[in-house]
Amino acid sequence: MQNLEEQFTKLKSQIEALEKKAPENKLSMIVFSGDMDKVLASFVIATGAVAMGMDVVMFFTFWGTPVLRDKNKSAGGKDMMGKMFGAMLPKGTCEVKLSKMNMAGMGTAMMKSLMKKKNVASLEQMLEMAEELGVRIFICEMSMDLMGFKRDEMIDYANLTYCGVAKFLEEAQNSKIQLFI
Amino acid sequence: MNEAIKVDKVLDLKGLPCPMPVVKVSKGIKEVAIGQVIEAISTDPGSLTDFPAWARTSGNEILKTEQDGGMIKFYIKRNA
Repeated sequence: MQNLEEQFTKLKSQIEALEKKAPENKLSMIVFSGDMDKVLASFVIATGAVAMGMDVVMFFTFWGTPVLRDKNKSAGGKDMMGKMFGAMLPKGTCEVKLSKMNMAGMGTAMMKSLMKKKNVASLEQMLEMAEELGVRIFICEMSMDLMGFKRDEMIDYANLTYCGVAKFLEEAQNSKIQLFI
Repeated sequence: MNEAIKVDKVLDLKGLPCPMPVVKVSKGIKEVAIGQVIEAISTDPGSLTDFPAWARTSGNEILKTEQDGGMIKFYIKRNA
């Protein structure tokens, strides 16, 4: 009898340990691309995942970082390289371009008008919706520093965190789905 | 399920493409009590596979699906 009880306690603690390891109903996504089409796909998946009941984290890094700049903000105190990156990279969602068929901006403009016609949400609307749905956004601190971006020039977003790779990996480790876009 | 289903809320999703139909239905269903029914009207053909997938994942139940031309009507019972 006592043996049984011992086995039961042992099993119980093992199950508890397993439960701790089990992935959460969460989607962790790396948004590496700064292309309009890929960022749009990222937001479609992110907002869809919230609808499916998932917790969602998006980690913006490298070319994805300038997508989160605010077009109405600017930041001083940049060195020459920072100023150059600042001028050459898109300033926010409205300036990003298609990965294919951009044709000096014509393709992107056409795609935008087509999206409007077909009622497809724009990147600006997607970002707003993601915020409303509680999608968490992480911004890669290293990319910010590398490209000379300042926090003052980034978007206002309810659930915004500046972090490094470890913070993202902590989230990804216990997520059911991890994506790299 | 031949008798009329009592609908507690109607969601008009006409003209909305992916991902809006599922995003709006997941929000809309929280506006009725558990056990109540919403009627969601979509024109997105993708909804035909998306809504059942959403319902299975979120634990809600699609009581009936009606198609009329491009119009798709879902009767969804909130179970979760």
